[in-house]
Amino acid sequence: MESFISTGLINSEWSSVFAVGIGGAIGFVLESSGFSSSRKVAGTFYGYDFTSLRVFLMAGITSLIGLLYMDFFGWIDFFSFNIPDTYIWPTLLGSIFMGVGFVASGFCPGTSILSAAIGKLDGWIFIGSTMVGIFLFTILFPLLEPIYNAGNLGAITITDVLGLSSYVYAFIVTLIVIALFYLATLIRRRKTTVKY
Amino acid sequence: MNLFFEEKKHVYWNPYFGGFLLGIIILSAVYISGRSIGAGEAMKDTVVASIDMVAPHYTENSNFAAGQKDAEKSPMNSWIVFQVIGVFAGAFFSGILNNRVKVRLQKFPKISSKTRITWVIIGGLLFGIGSQFARGCISSSTFSGFIVLSLGGIISMVTVFVTAIIAAYFFRKLWV
Repeated sequence: MESFISTGLINSEWSSVFAVGIGGAIGFVLESSGFSSSRKVAGTFYGYDFTSLRVFLMAGITSLIGLLYMDFFGWIDFFSFNIPDTYIWPTLLGSIFMGVGFVASGFCPGTSILSAAIGKLDGWIFIGSTMVGIFLFTILFPLLEPIYNAGNLGAITITDVLGLSSYVYAFIVTLIVIALFYLATLIRRRKTTVKY
Repeated sequence: MNLFFEEKKHVYWNPYFGGFLLGIIILSAVYISGRSIGAGEAMKDTVVASIDMVAPHYTENSNFAAGQKDAEKSPMNSWIVFQVIGVFAGAFFSGILNNRVKVRLQKFPKISSKTRITWVIIGGLLFGIGSQFARGCISSSTFSGFIVLSLGGIISMVTVFVTAIIAAYFFRKLWV
């Protein structure tokens, strides 16, 4: 993955050390929050456990609001980020594949690593089959290339499309996320407890 | 002591606390290195590196693999691969502390191990292919959506979620 910004704070030698450290913190927090359990993650789609939804959205708004503050304080330049190009058709197609794969397995690549780390065999199997999937994609790429490059809208952001400032957008997203938290609580109350 | 550990096994952090901490970690990652998170990329780098090792000509000639391969260094040296090594270690450490480390196959008790493994394999294949089309797995697209407000990231996040809600109906026997 290319970096969003080049901060020049650390050189390339230290970058790997820092990567392991950041990864360790992420792994610890996610495992402690319950992401290593596929049944807990799948609970989001059946209404018996919204932990993963809450953690993810909370992290999302924290980072969004935090970055806007960091930009405000002049620590980073929020508006100089490299925006990845949006390829509308392959994004939709790939996301539908991932949505089905998510419910079929209860994993996304990140949670499968957490599961594998605490000894769950299904996590290891998922990692293996994901790599096979990527391998198949690479092999079939000449055939898939027209789809892969279809519908390039360029480096477009949601705020360009909606015509809102980033601050207004962050405020609206935060309200939506809080509404989702509340909705999740309402749904959760009506479901019986599932033990796992 | 054993009783204490046994009780802790299913106790997880408050999700808002975990989410807030994760947000702070992502902020520091962006601030220091300009990068976010995502495990799918690491798997892709590993696959590209493996293909490169077995058949170096292939990665040079294939548009896709060549585009993914950093010309300067081995893909295995990439930032994201190191990050995933860290994730693995961090999760293991948390598992040890909470007595959750155990070799087992986790599944809904009413389905057989064979059913579970079959769907995990199918799910993994779909993820492998889907994450390449969408140019990122769920976490990386979510955070490129949240952090840089990329339209593609947000479309991907919403589509995955809506598809999963619909698919949940057809897969209900696997989970509830």
